[in-house]
Amino acid sequence: MSNQIYARVRQNANYGILVKKRGRLAFILSALVLVSYYGFMMVVAFAPSLLGRPLGEGMTLTIGAPIGAAIIIVSWLLTGVYSHFANGEFEELTENLIRETAE
Amino acid sequence: MRRFLCVGAASLIVLAALSSFADPTFAANDLGAAEKQAINPTAIIMFLIFVMGTLGITYWAANRTKSAADFYTAGGGITGFQNGLAIAGDYMSAATLLGLSSLVFSTGFDGFIYIISFFVGWPIILFLVAERLRNLGRFTFADIASYRLDQAKVRTFAAIGSLTVVCFYLIVQMVGAGQLIKLLFGLDYAVAVVIVGVLMVVYVTFGGMIATTWVQIIKAVLLLGGGSVLGILALAYFGFNLDFMAAQAVASHKAGIKIMAPGSLLADPVSAVSLSLGLVFGTAGLPHIMMRFFTVPNAKEARKSVFVASGFIGFFFLVVAVLGLAAITIVGTDPRFFEGGKIGGKIIGGGNMPVMHLAKALGGDLFLGFLSAVAFATILAVVSGLALAGASAISHDIYARVIRKGKATEKEEMRVSKIASLALGVLAVVLGILFEKQNVAFLVGLTFGIAASANFPVLILSMYWKGLTTRGALYGGLTGLISAVVCVVLSKAVWVVVLENPAPIFPYEQPALFSMTLAFLVTIVVSKLDRSASALRERDAFDDQNVRSQTGIGASGAVAH
Repeated sequence: MSNQIYARVRQNANYGILVKKRGRLAFILSALVLVSYYGFMMVVAFAPSLLGRPLGEGMTLTIGAPIGAAIIIVSWLLTGVYSHFANGEFEELTENLIRETAE
Repeated sequence: MRRFLCVGAASLIVLAALSSFADPTFAANDLGAAEKQAINPTAIIMFLIFVMGTLGITYWAANRTKSAADFYTAGGGITGFQNGLAIAGDYMSAATLLGLSSLVFSTGFDGFIYIISFFVGWPIILFLVAERLRNLGRFTFADIASYRLDQAKVRTFAAIGSLTVVCFYLIVQMVGAGQLIKLLFGLDYAVAVVIVGVLMVVYVTFGGMIATTWVQIIKAVLLLGGGSVLGILALAYFGFNLDFMAAQAVASHKAGIKIMAPGSLLADPVSAVSLSLGLVFGTAGLPHIMMRFFTVPNAKEARKSVFVASGFIGFFFLVVAVLGLAAITIVGTDPRFFEGGKIGGKIIGGGNMPVMHLAKALGGDLFLGFLSAVAFATILAVVSGLALAGASAISHDIYARVIRKGKATEKEEMRVSKIASLALGVLAVVLGILFEKQNVAFLVGLTFGIAASANFPVLILSMYWKGLTTRGALYGGLTGLISAVVCVVLSKAVWVVVLENPAPIFPYEQPALFSMTLAFLVTIVVSKLDRSASALRERDAFDDQNVRSQTGIGASGAVAH
C-alpha cells in the first residue's frame, strides 16, 4: 500500500520542487557554516597573527574574539533561517503534497 | 515497588553523604588524583534537593511509561522547545563547563577555538540530518542505518558502534564524576561513582525517556542559570568592560599578550583539522544525541528543537569563554586557589577547577555549593542519556530485531532494556573505579573520533546516497571503527602516556581526518563493487526511503496519552 503512495509522491511535480528547494537551502547554509568555520581554522593554522591584531587603538581584545563569537552567533542565526523556511513554506508544500497523494 | 526503590535510592545517597560526614579519617587514607576537600554542606543539601525532585519526576514518569515507545522515546510526545532544552542538557556536560573554561584559563584564545569547534556541528546537524533522523527512525540510530539494508548485519554493526561510543563516553563521565564529587562534596571516589551509577539506573529503568528528558531539562535550566549568574558577576567585577577584563588577563597570565591570539595548542594544521572534523561530525554521530530526535512528534518539532538547542548551547559556550578569561585574573592571582598558596603553581583540585574557584571567589561558599550541585546534576543527566541509548541498542536492536527477529513482545523487549540499563550501570561503576587513576582525556577525542568515523559515514550515506549497500556499510563502518581506535592507541595519549613507550607511532593527536576519510572511501568503493542481488534491491529501495525521509509519510507518529 505505502509503496503506491511513495510512487505517487515521486511522480508529483511538487515533490521534485520541494526536494530541490529545501535541498538547495540546506546545501547553501551548510556551505556557509563550513566555509566560514574551516576558513577560520585555516587562518588559525597558517596565519595565526592575523587573528592576533588588536581590535582598536590601545585595546587588548584582538579581532579574533569578535570573529570567533560571530561564527557561533551567525551559525545559530542560520539555524533560525533554515527553521523559518523549512517549517513555513516547505512544510506547507509537504502538507499539500501529502493531501494530494493520499487516497 | 517502584516507590520503594526510589525511596531506597534516596536513602542510600543520604546515608553515603552522612557516612562521609561521620568519618573524620577519610582524608588521610585517600590517594586519588583529585585532592578530597572538606565536606561542603550547601552543595550536599542542594544536590539532595535535586535528587529528591528528580526521583519524584521518575516516579511520575514511571506511571506513564507503559509501552516500548514511552520507554525509548517518551512516546514522541516531547515538544520542540522541551527537546531543545533537553538536547542542550545532553550536550553541555560537566566537561564543557569545567574543561572548556579551564582550557581558556590556561591557553586563552586556543581554548576559544575549541569552544567554537564544539559548537559548529549543531547547524550542520539541523541542515543535513535532523528531519531525516526523525522521519526515518523510530527508537535508535540503527533503525535508519538498516532501513533498506540487511537488518541483522547492519543493525548489529550500528548497535556495536553505538555501544562503543556509549561505553567510552560513560568512562569519561564516571571518572570525571568521581573526581569532581570527591573534590566538591568531600565524598569518597568510589562512593561518588556508585551514587552516580545507582541514580542513573533508577532514572533510566523506571522513568525511561520521560524521566531522562526531564532530568536533562532541569539540569539545562540550572546550568544555564548558574553559568549566567556567574558570568554577570564576572563581568561586574571588571565594570562590564570586556576589554578591561582582557587587559587584566594579559597582565596576570604568564604568557602575556600571547593568550589573545592562536598559539601552540593548534599549531599543527593536520591535528587542528583532524580535531575539528571529529568534533563537527562526531556530534552528529553520538547515539544519545541522535536518540533525542525520536522524542518529538514530527520533523517540524525536530527542526525547532535544534534551533532552540543550538541557541542555548551557543550562549552557554560564549559564557564559558568569558568565565575562563575572567578566571585568569580572579583565580590566577589569588593564592587561596593554589597549592601551598604559591601563585602560578598547581591549582587546588587540579586543572579542571578554575571555574569552581571563580564561583567561590565571586559568590562565596553558597554559590560554590550551588554550582557544585549543578555540576553533579549535569553528570547525572548526561550518563542517563548515555545509558538509555546503550540500553536501547541492546534491547531494541540486538535482542528484539536481531536475536528474536522482530518476534519479541513489547513486554519482553522492555524487560531486556531494563536489564540492559542495569548491566550498563554496573559496567559504568566498574569501569569508573578501574579507570580512577588513568588520564581519561584521550577518551573524549576517541569518543568523538569513533562517532565521526564509524557512525557518521554510515548514517549520512544511508540517507543521501542511493548506491550504499550492506556490504559497503559494514566494511566502511568497521574500517572507521577499527582505524579510529588503532590511531588513538598508537598516538601519544595512549602509546606514550598510558603504555609508557618512548615515542608515538601515530604522530597526530586526533584520528578523525584519517579514520573518517578512510571509512567514507571504503564504504563507497565496496558499495560500488557490490554486484550482488541484494545490493540491487537495496539501491532500488532508496527512492521510497527518500520520499519518507523528505516528507515524513509513513514515519512513526506521536503516541497520545
